Amino acid sequence: MKHLAVLALAALLAACASGPRKQVPAELFVVVPAKDGHIGTIVVETAGQKRVINTAFGAERIQPDGGVVQSTMTRDQVHAIFADAVDALPGRPASFTLYFLEGKDELTADSRVELEKVFAELKKRPLPDIMVIGHTDTVGGLDYNDKLSKARADRLRDMLVELGIPGQRIQAAGRGKRELLVPTEDNVSEARNRRVEINVR
Amino acid sequence: MKKNLVLAAALAMAGTAMAADIGQVKVSKGDVQIQRGATKQAAKVGMGIQASDVLLTGSDGSAGLTFTDNSLVSVGPNSVFAIDRYSFDTTTHAGEFEGSLRKGKLAAVSGKMVKQSPEAMKIRTPSAVMGVRGTEFVVQVDEQAAQRP
Repeated sequence: MKHLAVLALAALLAACASGPRKQVPAELFVVVPAKDGHIGTIVVETAGQKRVINTAFGAERIQPDGGVVQSTMTRDQVHAIFADAVDALPGRPASFTLYFLEGKDELTADSRVELEKVFAELKKRPLPDIMVIGHTDTVGGLDYNDKLSKARADRLRDMLVELGIPGQRIQAAGRGKRELLVPTEDNVSEARNRRVEINVR
Repeated sequence: MKKNLVLAAALAMAGTAMAADIGQVKVSKGDVQIQRGATKQAAKVGMGIQASDVLLTGSDGSAGLTFTDNSLVSVGPNSVFAIDRYSFDTTTHAGEFEGSLRKGKLAAVSGKMVKQSPEAMKIRTPSAVMGVRGTEFVVQVDEQAAQRP
């Protein structure tokens, strides 16, 4: 008896589900321009149909009746719906380069000033993952430059810790003269190669 | 039969090996929970994210995640986002990221795997599958709209 009732209910539900008035959650997909102006592309596939969206604030809606409508929204419209989610996006991964004096683990005067800006950017992130990679120019042997590049990375790491970034958030590594920014022959003094890259996520 | 057993064992081992962090909680405001298997815990900033985790937010909740390929994903209030699959090779930048937004709002910025191979990132919703060729986009699944007259 109970089983019959369950079966009847299931049949009723199935009838409703397959009827023409089946309602689905409304859905909305929007391409948002990046800060640098880049406009991306998404491909939305629904009911076997693929549609490409590749314009600023280009949008596709799936309506409760299953119908699909494409449109272009305004920045304000998108903001009104998505502000909570967009505000919770973590900071974009970023990369910075600072330069060093020849043969030393000391920043150039310009880069000492620049460090303040880099620090301000790093500080905006509540929990940064920072990778510091030291490099050298081609003056000197492989071993010497491996040590110098690591010394530069370690020095920069110490400076960031001194400024208040927790040490466990920062990894330091040296690449010696293996990754030249400006390709040169061996034993060439080149200021742009004496550097540390700071990658933050 | 034997073959199947070997395959099952291989899959089980792959499952264990996959239980590494693929991302991190960077932003957590209000009621935010992470469901991993049968356990659910409050999401705290700094917590690791694993493949097959489900992120749930309450009416005052929002959360932001970073992933190892530099993808960013955030959700607004009353949202459920499941990470169905994730893999990323830091050397080749090959990978796949499949997530499901069951309800609520999501904002995302695609990362290195999409740069390497367009549509490596996919977001499923109740009615659609979205392939991401890049870079920034938002998605909403509004259950209540179906109940409105």
